[in-house]
Amino acid sequence: MKILVCISNVPDTTSKINFIDGDTKFDTNGVQFVINPNDEFGLTRAMWFKEKQGATVHVVSVGGPTIEPTIRKSLAIGADEAIRINAEPTDGFFVAQQLAEVVKNGDYNLIIAGRESIDYNGGMVPGILASLLDMNFVNTCISLEIDGENATAQREIDGGKETLTTSLPLVIGGQKGLVQESDLKIPNMRGIMMARQKKLTVVEPVDALNTTQDTKFEKPAAKGAVKLIDASNVDELISLLHNEAKVI
Amino acid sequence: MSVLVYTESENGKFKKNALEVASYATEVAKLLGTNAVAISINATENETLGTYGISKVLNVSNDKLSVFNAKGYANTITQAAKAENAQVIITSSSTDAKYLAPLVSASLKAGYAPNVVAAPESTSPFTVKRTVFSNKGFALTQINTDIKVVGVSNNSFGIIENATTAAVENFDASLEDSNFSTKSIEVDKIIGKATIADADIVVSGGRGLKGPENWGMIEELADVLGAATACSKPVSDLGWRPHGEHVGQTGKPVASNLYIAIGISGAIQHLAGVSASKTKVVINTDPEAPFFKAADYGIVGDAFEVVPQLIEKLKEFKAQNA
Repeated sequence: MKILVCISNVPDTTSKINFIDGDTKFDTNGVQFVINPNDEFGLTRAMWFKEKQGATVHVVSVGGPTIEPTIRKSLAIGADEAIRINAEPTDGFFVAQQLAEVVKNGDYNLIIAGRESIDYNGGMVPGILASLLDMNFVNTCISLEIDGENATAQREIDGGKETLTTSLPLVIGGQKGLVQESDLKIPNMRGIMMARQKKLTVVEPVDALNTTQDTKFEKPAAKGAVKLIDASNVDELISLLHNEAKVI
Repeated sequence: MSVLVYTESENGKFKKNALEVASYATEVAKLLGTNAVAISINATENETLGTYGISKVLNVSNDKLSVFNAKGYANTITQAAKAENAQVIITSSSTDAKYLAPLVSASLKAGYAPNVVAAPESTSPFTVKRTVFSNKGFALTQINTDIKVVGVSNNSFGIIENATTAAVENFDASLEDSNFSTKSIEVDKIIGKATIADADIVVSGGRGLKGPENWGMIEELADVLGAATACSKPVSDLGWRPHGEHVGQTGKPVASNLYIAIGISGAIQHLAGVSASKTKVVINTDPEAPFFKAADYGIVGDAFEVVPQLIEKLKEFKAQNA
């Protein structure tokens, strides 16, 4: 099994979000970048396939040289090799087209991406990739077992979960559940040292459709002050919810 | 030219989000000077979509599609889009819609904007407002392709009546077996209860509840309100509640009319995930809990005292207002 894990370099979940240049750009100043959490669950599951089933695991990410620390972190967690596609990711459709080229050239039969990145929330990379490659696809995947060419997956649905059978080659849109939070690995010193020696190939992007662009950003309107209600007076809360907010 | 909207149904009945996306499609069609056409799969009562401005419904009846299948559904919608010469294709933000929309987008080489919260700001260029950074911001996104796919956020545009008569036509998509190489073998779903995705009210518990054994009152409060139950990330990480209930940045987003947070301090990731909810109530012992800054109404108090009182008073309220 040859696995490609698609990694997105995103602001840490605790980041404050601000915009600059007349609200046309995300302000990266002081922001800590990490592996997109949905991708990290997938990467950790890929490590399990490596340990238990002898899979080879490569990681790929689209971005400039500044994303290399995040790529190195995935190597330190245990991926064998990495590829950086040297382009600014403009939208998910663009990224999927770039990734498709890497998959075609690398003969991968399991591609694991996150269900969405937590920055631009496109949620389209795994689906468009699967469609471009004509591969099977399971989104919002919370469990994955591979036996030879056959796969059994669970996906989250609204109000529950669904079990699916499918086969390789397969694209996964992963999320929490694929592994548990406690299974996530913090790279140790040995992993970090080894990551420095691992192969990181930089490839140039292919021509691709540019389907969308974000022209302007804004922050949510500031919230008015909270109305505090005395703990002994829940009647007042009910009355406010009924008469003022009109939600009950 | 037309606007095509995929109206989801369950056991033949349209879901609430179907009525919202139908309303949205009607608005987009009006802006473009064209008609809104719906595609429904194994739905009954297709005529009802006329209430929301849909002038034509493509009714697909196909046993192969009796269980959701992303590829089969996406292929059906794609074929309908071609048949109707659709310029804009509209879907909801349900888990299933987010599964199939990228497949439709790829096969039509159409730019896709998800999580859209309002009618287009302009149609030339075609620009929509959507949430980004997990609700910590909005982007104005311009879709440059001839065909556009728009995913509408749950409970954002609203359900708007715009009565017309919907002509119902049967539509047959040709689906090869290769569309069904991923098969559903089991669905494990709560029946008859509101889900976080479409509930008007969500009641959510955090670590302040001290343990899973104390969730009885959360469930009872949810029952009284007809609400879905949810929880914070630590609660799902500790295994007190199933992962499907985790709401927040890496869990599910919540866009309910009312969100009640009990014993949840309000970490930035949690607040982002629930910020699309219209009214937020927080009950917490700690007056310094960050959630109070993001809430509309707050009670500083012990959940174990406040919640049982709230349940009793709400029962009385419901009895009087039934």
